[in-house]
Amino acid sequence: MKRTPVYGMMAEFDSPTTLVAAAHRTQEAGYQKMDAYSPFPIEGLAEAVGFHKNRVPLVTLIGGLIGGLSGYLLQYWISTSSYPVNVGGKPYHSWPAFIIVTFEMTILFGGISAVLGMLALNGLPMPYHPVFNVPRFAFATKDRFFLIVFASDPKYIPAETRRFLESLGGRAISEVPD
Amino acid sequence: MDERNESTTGSRAPVIEPGHTFATVTDKISSIVLTRPTSSGWFVGFGIAFLLTMMMLYAIGFLFVRGIGIWGVTIPIGWGFAIVNFVWWIGIGHAGTLISAILLLLRQSWRNSINRFAEAMTLFAVSAAGIFPLIHVGRPWLAYWLFPYPNSMGVWPQFRSPLIWDVFAVSTYATISLLFWFVGLIPDLATLRDRSTNRAAKIIYGMLAMGWRGSARHWDRYETMYLLLAGLATPLVLSVHTVVSFDFAVGIVPGWHTTIFPPYFVAGAIYSGFAMVLMLAIPIRKIYGLEDFITERHLQNSAKVMLATGLIVAYGYVIEAFMGWYSGNRYDAFTMWNRLHGPYKWDYVALLLCNIVIPQVLWIKKLRSNPLALFLISGVVLVGMWLERFIIVVVSLHRDFLTSSWGMYYPTRWDWMTFIGTIGMFLAAMFLFVRVLPMISIFEMRTLLPEAEVKE
Repeated sequence: MKRTPVYGMMAEFDSPTTLVAAAHRTQEAGYQKMDAYSPFPIEGLAEAVGFHKNRVPLVTLIGGLIGGLSGYLLQYWISTSSYPVNVGGKPYHSWPAFIIVTFEMTILFGGISAVLGMLALNGLPMPYHPVFNVPRFAFATKDRFFLIVFASDPKYIPAETRRFLESLGGRAISEVPD
Repeated sequence: MDERNESTTGSRAPVIEPGHTFATVTDKISSIVLTRPTSSGWFVGFGIAFLLTMMMLYAIGFLFVRGIGIWGVTIPIGWGFAIVNFVWWIGIGHAGTLISAILLLLRQSWRNSINRFAEAMTLFAVSAAGIFPLIHVGRPWLAYWLFPYPNSMGVWPQFRSPLIWDVFAVSTYATISLLFWFVGLIPDLATLRDRSTNRAAKIIYGMLAMGWRGSARHWDRYETMYLLLAGLATPLVLSVHTVVSFDFAVGIVPGWHTTIFPPYFVAGAIYSGFAMVLMLAIPIRKIYGLEDFITERHLQNSAKVMLATGLIVAYGYVIEAFMGWYSGNRYDAFTMWNRLHGPYKWDYVALLLCNIVIPQVLWIKKLRSNPLALFLISGVVLVGMWLERFIIVVVSLHRDFLTSSWGMYYPTRWDWMTFIGTIGMFLAAMFLFVRVLPMISIFEMRTLLPEAEVKE
């Protein structure tokens, strides 16, 4: 029989407080590769599972700058060289009139970058994921809280990790097939 | 997040009735979509709205065949119902993003139970608004000329024109509103995916949820994105009606050419938007038994926003009248005189009644907490705001500088059919929305519960 590859060891908790505490203690115990799942955002949980590099603001900034610059340059190029029209003797490069479109383009590109950036950095859309193999994981979008230690963690030893998660008060501990 | 700890016996009504848990909140909201049988009332309501939508399509189809001659617009009133309705709908569409973005940044957590359907309402109102400029251009099959794209004619839009600013403002607003609404839905779509027993529903919600699994890393990026989007949408929502007001204010027609227009248009937009939110929320909470989530507090707060923005609108009217006199410009003075004594004076009187006089009853707390009274007052405000746009567009145009170019505006039945038809389209979309998507943000409601707090 072929051995099924393992994704990690998952434990279930019943409140945000116990989940955050468990994540902290898992990190203190020397585990590095883990994640937590909750039905709503919990303050401090990302730090507790060792996540610090959130690049969404950078992506949004770059997107907004590109939008604003391209909006302004488009208007500049059209009004001064591609299709100059004399409107009441105003200068071709009448920048105050260009501010609104520049502003709207900044918002448009910034907003789209924020959303697409969040999805891309999160690796979504992802229709299949190993954690969905756990039947009780359906409650992660309702009222249950989950912690997983990945099998790729150097400290991961199935029996030991299971015992450790049990000691944290985790329930319904199961090995997640990849 | 002091809302959670606020005593339910305090002077203010709670944001969420006590006794709820993560599970009951989830079940209550998702069951409306997943298990509640579709009532016959829903079919009747949707049917009527659908028929009105068909009427709108018929009117627009006939317009495409015959041209805008079937409408009441004629010189001097070249901007008739199409622009009145466009501005009215865009204004209504302001409440959604205001509630979602500005109240999020201001940490008004009571918004969590009304933001979702207010955002949906915004989308549908903006869709209804978007129809009008497109069919109003005369040759709607060339409406894409509004956008700057490289073309063999070698021409580009005129970027010094407020009308092109409007194209950018409204299309940006529609896009960002759609994004805001959709990303807000993703975690709830995952909930529906995991809760539904119907295989087709599971697959559709699953595709839309894009594999959301509530990972801590995902939530962290999600919250950052949501906050940034709110930060971007806040100036956007204020800019949209400002730009719409430029369509008028940059022109030199008396009654349009004033600097009060941008703030007064924005306040009017929020005023009518909240009126529409109340007109939808009051029946919805009753029919679907959501009084636990959309409490008296929400109605009270929305009424207060209406009262405040209504007073800003009143201030705008006062300044318009004052400037008519103070500017010493005879045309401005005549515009004011004409509003009060001209052929449309009853429209102006009705406007003052609907927008300024009647809503003052909202000062009375007893009326603010009476859903029926609020529903009726909101209806009055919506009528008033429509009249305001009618006064601005039609009454300003019908008497301009030369008596030789004076005229009257008579809307035809095609005008009315198109206008009433867009209301039908808006309602039909709302009916579909409450039936297939969670109308209250489930995950944001969970965060309001006391048990969501992480205790040290």
